[in-house]
Amino acid sequence: MSALRLEGVRKSFGEHEVLRGIDLELDDHEVVCLIGASGSGKSTLLRCVNLLEPLNGGRIFLGGEEITRHGVDANDVRRRIGIVFQAFNLFPHMTVLRNVTLAPRDVLKLSRAEAEARALELLGRFGLADRRDEYPDRLSGGQQQRVAIVRALAMRPELMLLDEVTSALDPELVAEVLSVIRELAEGGMTMLIATHEMSFARDIASRVCFLDDGQILEQGSPREIFASPKEARTQQFLERIIEAGRL
Amino acid sequence: MAGEGDRRSDPEVERRSRLLGGLHFEGEGARGVAIALLSTAVFLTVVIVAVTQSAGWPEVKRTFFDWGDISSSFPDIARAFKLNVEIFLVCEVFILIFALVIAVLRSLPGPAFFPLRALAIIYSDLARGVPTILVIALLGFGAPALQLTGVPRSRVFWAGVGLILVYSGYVAEVYRAGIESVHPSQEAAARSLGLSRFQALRRVILPQAIRRVIPPLLNDFIGLQKDTALVSTLGVVEAFNQANIDSAATFTYGSYLAAAALFVAITIPLARLTDWLIARDRQKRQASGAVA
Repeated sequence: MSALRLEGVRKSFGEHEVLRGIDLELDDHEVVCLIGASGSGKSTLLRCVNLLEPLNGGRIFLGGEEITRHGVDANDVRRRIGIVFQAFNLFPHMTVLRNVTLAPRDVLKLSRAEAEARALELLGRFGLADRRDEYPDRLSGGQQQRVAIVRALAMRPELMLLDEVTSALDPELVAEVLSVIRELAEGGMTMLIATHEMSFARDIASRVCFLDDGQILEQGSPREIFASPKEARTQQFLERIIEAGRL
Repeated sequence: MAGEGDRRSDPEVERRSRLLGGLHFEGEGARGVAIALLSTAVFLTVVIVAVTQSAGWPEVKRTFFDWGDISSSFPDIARAFKLNVEIFLVCEVFILIFALVIAVLRSLPGPAFFPLRALAIIYSDLARGVPTILVIALLGFGAPALQLTGVPRSRVFWAGVGLILVYSGYVAEVYRAGIESVHPSQEAAARSLGLSRFQALRRVILPQAIRRVIPPLLNDFIGLQKDTALVSTLGVVEAFNQANIDSAATFTYGSYLAAAALFVAITIPLARLTDWLIARDRQKRQASGAVA
């Protein structure tokens, strides 16, 4: 069964049409990477899936159920989808542990003990147990992003959306975050990932989609996209990436 | 804010200036202090000489600066000043709550909430637009005259309501600035975890917003503490009216100085606390490198 299905998704900001009819389907346990230039609509697509942006057209299904239907409880949908942002967006006035337990306690109504047990298990798994009482600004960028991933995972989401999660990190901190994502993929997490890390996408993705000007221009296995792209635009994009030394 | 322009980045100067609540010293260490003391002494001498040489000084000295007058009126005024402090403390609680409600209403997004937003805007505009003394007069003389059953007739009560209404307009604007200073990505992060709009506001937005506006909030409370004297216009005997009474009995003005001293005893510590909090906040933000 498909975990996520997008049908003709359209989104405009004023006059500017950012998504121009996106069709995309993710099976359970599939990891799909969205690549493409800045402004091609990758982040907007993820925000639309999480209902952070209202659509101008098209439909989105989560686990077979339409979530863009009128009258759907958006809060309920969002608790089933985890999203991790480029800028971490941790809550600066809360400790690491409180960041992670906030939503399980307030939204899932877990007891404090249950929520903390769940949080500590996850923090421990990703090497953050000793940071539980720190405030976010005392952590490195890599640690902050791992906390943000843990915060999303604590809701036990059906689907994870990752929005350029390594773009704001110093190069030496990228690997620790990517290894967390790799571990999630190996654990069978369904993920839709917008990324600039081409070698990572090649490595981890079951499918790669090239977004260009609000449309999925080309999609296929990493091998097909990176080794023998069919579209001229995809070739140009990958050539520029190679020139920049990013592949 | 005064003093922003000559803010220094030197940590040593920063530290000392915080201790002294924004007073800046040129130079370094003991030499700097010596220069500051000397220039202060010279300045004060000039002022004192100028004032005491003025033609009206003997008369002013007799009517204002008679130590006997000041100290004899002090106990009465201090007793009356208790009412000012009570009004201040009670109003402050209601203002903090009421203004927060107004600010939250004003920050609700989307067309559906337009009427509430409009109401909040009209409220803050009116509250800040009408002179406080008029609001107090209108409520203090008007509301009891209605003789509605169940509505308090006390002038102090209505004066308090007036102060709450006026100051809530200002404080709501302070809160609103705080709410708007929290980056929208914080709300997105909270909502993306499934928190409702209200939960996001309560857990994520407001705690950050309120922390940032504590210094300006204190600033407004210094104003409120002073404005409790406006209650006197309703004939209520608080510190200023008591000073009036004493002054009328002795034909001198020492009682006003006594009243002023009492107000200052509360407002100056508040002002120093505010400066200290602002400086601490600035330093914290510089330390973390955050551009909040």
